[in-house]
Amino acid sequence: MPHSPMPAQPSSTSVVNGDGLQPKSSPAPRPNSGPAATPDPAETDALARAQAGDHHAFAQLYSLHKRRIYSLCLRMVGNIAEAEDLTQEAFLQLHRKIGTFRGDSAFSTWLHRLAINVVLMQLRKKGLSLISLDEAMEPAPEEGPGRSFGAPDLTLTGAIDRLALERAVADLPAGYRLIFILHDVEGYEHNEIAAMLDCSIGNSKSQLHKARLKLRDALRAHSTQEAQL
Amino acid sequence: MNDKRKTLSCAEFQQQLPELIGSGANMANDPHIASCELCRALLADLETIAEAARQLFPAVEPPDDLWSQIESAIQSEDQPAKPTRAN
Repeated sequence: MPHSPMPAQPSSTSVVNGDGLQPKSSPAPRPNSGPAATPDPAETDALARAQAGDHHAFAQLYSLHKRRIYSLCLRMVGNIAEAEDLTQEAFLQLHRKIGTFRGDSAFSTWLHRLAINVVLMQLRKKGLSLISLDEAMEPAPEEGPGRSFGAPDLTLTGAIDRLALERAVADLPAGYRLIFILHDVEGYEHNEIAAMLDCSIGNSKSQLHKARLKLRDALRAHSTQEAQL
Repeated sequence: MNDKRKTLSCAEFQQQLPELIGSGANMANDPHIASCELCRALLADLETIAEAARQLFPAVEPPDDLWSQIESAIQSEDQPAKPTRAN
């Protein structure tokens, strides 16, 4: 089913990670913080004027949100040139649709979902199909549950090399990376991801789990290499 | 249920792990986790990765010239299409 670039309304105001792996420290503020988020007066003013066709006000909205939208695109595609194109497309979409924003959710939430939909449409054009997501449900022989057996001494310690983890995320297959970024980095719930990707909630959970397992393998390999130096 | 979980092999337990984690179950009290060092280590690693993810990818600024590109694209969209000349 093709997805509309129109952002869906947030499913709830919940911002808590929906799985059992809760952060020990406070998570970063989440984009899907819903209507409870306090609107920035400068944004409210610029938004009203931009909706009335004020070009300078639209430029102001760009300034307020460019960093977050560009960073989101960059995380999701892992490529600077593509992230720039997607950021441009997201703001073009915003320009076309800004008049339809009714304030049912925070503007930043709405824009964030709009940008995610732009990225998803692009990834679909490039061949990230639901078939590939569904295929990932079936574990490949090397991905079976038994693969973590052995070498208990190689467990990760509390401190993870952030750059190593970022590299490992960038190396994930697109489907895994997408769900990992949406859930673990951007803070979306499995039901929201399932709706965005048009897959089952179980599929979303399974893909996230496999993504984390792949990251664990990559980080363990990295630790082993570091230890040998 | 707990007794049944305790008798699971690691392979069976890990097959159920995505759903257990995704459902928000309290894994600390799971009988298999309590008795299996390997699966306990696996779960600890996954927790570490999930926690670290929240600190990943600090926000970065787009290039300065991106706005001018967006502005041009908006202007071209706003311009009315030129009427085609009928011969």
